[in-house]
Amino acid sequence: MFQIVKREEMSGGTVILNEIEAPLIARKAKPGQFVILKANETGERIPLTMAETDPEKGTITVIYMVVGKSTALFKTLQVGDGYQDVIGPLGKPTHLEKVGTVVCVGGGTGIAVLHPITRGLKEAGNRIITIIGARSKDLLILEERMRAVSDELHPCTDDGSYGHHGFVTDVLKKILDTQKVDQVVAIGPVPMMKFVSKITKEYQVPTIVSLNPIMVDGTGMCGGCRVSIGGKNKFACVDGPEFDGHLVDYDELMLRLAAYCEEEKRCYEDYCRMEESLS
Amino acid sequence: MSELTEKKEKKEKIPRQPMPEQEPKVRAKNFMEVPLGYTPEMAVKEAKRCLQCKKPSCVEGCPVNVDIPGFIRHIKEGDFTRAIRNLWSKNSLPAVCGRVCPQEIQCEGVCILGKKDDPVAIGNLERFAADWERAHGTGALPPKADPTGKKVAVVGSGPSGLTVAGDLIVKGHDVTILEAFHKPGGVLVYGIPEFRLPKEIVAQEIHFLERLGVQVECNAVVGRTVTLDELFEQGYNAVYIGVGAGLPRFLNIPGENLVGILSANEYLTRANLMKAYLFPEVDTPIPRGKNVIVLGGGNVAMDSARTALRLGADSVRIVYRRSKTELPARAAEVHHAEEEGIEFFFLTNPVRYLGNDKGRLTGMECLKMELGEPDASGRRRPVPIEGSEFNLECDLVVVAVGSGANPLLTSSTPEMNLNKWGYIVTDPETGKTTKKGVWAGGDIVTGAATVILAMGAGRKAADSIHKYLTWGW
Ligand code: FES
Repeated sequence: MFQIVKREEMSGGTVILNEIEAPLIARKAKPGQFVILKANETGERIPLTMAETDPEKGTITVIYMVVGKSTALFKTLQVGDGYQDVIGPLGKPTHLEKVGTVVCVGGGTGIAVLHPITRGLKEAGNRIITIIGARSKDLLILEERMRAVSDELHPCTDDGSYGHHGFVTDVLKKILDTQKVDQVVAIGPVPMMKFVSKITKEYQVPTIVSLNPIMVDGTGMCGGCRVSIGGKNKFACVDGPEFDGHLVDYDELMLRLAAYCEEEKRCYEDYCRMEESLS
Repeated sequence: MSELTEKKEKKEKIPRQPMPEQEPKVRAKNFMEVPLGYTPEMAVKEAKRCLQCKKPSCVEGCPVNVDIPGFIRHIKEGDFTRAIRNLWSKNSLPAVCGRVCPQEIQCEGVCILGKKDDPVAIGNLERFAADWERAHGTGALPPKADPTGKKVAVVGSGPSGLTVAGDLIVKGHDVTILEAFHKPGGVLVYGIPEFRLPKEIVAQEIHFLERLGVQVECNAVVGRTVTLDELFEQGYNAVYIGVGAGLPRFLNIPGENLVGILSANEYLTRANLMKAYLFPEVDTPIPRGKNVIVLGGGNVAMDSARTALRLGADSVRIVYRRSKTELPARAAEVHHAEEEGIEFFFLTNPVRYLGNDKGRLTGMECLKMELGEPDASGRRRPVPIEGSEFNLECDLVVVAVGSGANPLLTSSTPEMNLNKWGYIVTDPETGKTTKKGVWAGGDIVTGAATVILAMGAGRKAADSIHKYLTWGW
């Protein structure tokens, strides 16, 4: 069992942080890599990109949004409980090098994934401008931590309850209009990555995105995670999860992410009903 | 028994004992094993058919050279314990092999009886002995040599890895199996369906190895969690790689990323390893197609098709570009599939997938083929018939057209030579790779093959590893 040593609730309990004991993985993991977690015997294998790793302590941290049956099950796990299986580190690490000025754009729980990458880019000597966004102020996570690794930080909320009123793309555009940017890293919901990439393509700024398709094994064995990159099939679990944002077929990715929509809805509703009847 | 009756019994011709099976109509709706196994009476009767040849060709036909007349003689004498002991001395997975080996092209294929009559049902008898032991045996372990103090890491827990582990643990070495999935068994667990090989049996075979002292570490992705070199740093003296082929092939035709198209690897892993057929009792979903098409003609295609049927499909069709005679699947599996109502479209080649505006699969456009000149494989090459396009309606396609070499481990180990397809180059006699202290066998060396061939490769490598640990490289 992989024990949870720290647990936090954020965004009113819709986002959960778990620090998990996994010394072998913590020792090896690099920013941008992910793990697959399985809560119990009947659980599903869920890929999550790591938000933090502590090789000394032998722990890894994941931050996830509760969106379905499996993440709802994860949410029930408390400190002292654990995951039956944690597999990793998987995927290719982020290529961290000095390019000059980098704009890091994060949305939702994507901010958690973006954090170690931003820190890495900062440590590599880049000037970091960070834009983070959420629907409203209480859903915006990790603001202080992002600020600590950025030269500039621009929070945005869709409803205007905090920071810039509007989307991360508005701020990005403004920045691209006023200064030279050498690279953009965008991690968040698929539509966000799609629109960021659209804008940066116009400005011809190289852009990296991190994709999260449905996965089973995470080792290149099933092909369930295939994504179209520049018209070619790639397996996100081994060729990614990071890709050139300008080459990703986001519409296809969105359709593929919805593959089990009906099943998941049914499963989640059953689960919620069960929870209710138990409490 | 008087001499007279004994003589009479020898003359009386016993027909090959048929294996009782679940009725096709019944079994097509459940995931329980199809063949039900021999009763002791049937097994003894079948065993009596064996001629006990002095120079048995069946033993030659077996990739691990099981003493076939020997174990059959014990069954004939009713000494089932000795029968299983005899089997174990050559084959650590008899319950598995009795079920999934292609006996018809191996031991049974060369059985003398088969020249005029049906061959002895060697596979059924092997299965019987193993099943009997599981149900009635004492669970006594085979003897083990004194500890040698040498450590061996076995990467992958499929048939070849399990064979290596079983062989080396009894020779006194310290053996650890590293498995990337959360459960050991490799293809026996994620690939072969429950109705052909109950997972309980695989679990027991692995438990048997654990009782012998083999350690099994799951969730260990060699190449990611740990590299080969790190294994040596950790004190392992030798490493065996038996990770399987593990790279799904697709057809690379338009529309292949529509929702509803899965590789057989994904489809079967969801069904078998994740037990998605129990969804929503378990959390992993699996697409339940109404009209299912399986592409390919091997055992994996048959397994996928029969799984789709059991998941409630209205129609399941196998589309194969050659003709029936070229089907690479075992005849018995094809027969089972036909009995259960699976339709075959031979000489048919898909050209593109059709989908709707939601990105979901709705059909497939195919071309009719005819057989032309023989190709490199000696089989007549299928060539398209011009203008023969037609559409097949479907909402699920399982692509079972073979697999390639997964580069995850091999790409992190540059000193190990690969052939042009990415498979590991080994010495065929020993399984040695070009990296010192590392052996490999099974599908990652040969490309997709059978369970028993992988076991045969494991056996050779285990012998060579033992020699190395005793005498040096
Ligand atoms: S998750 Fe199976 S190949 Fe990527």
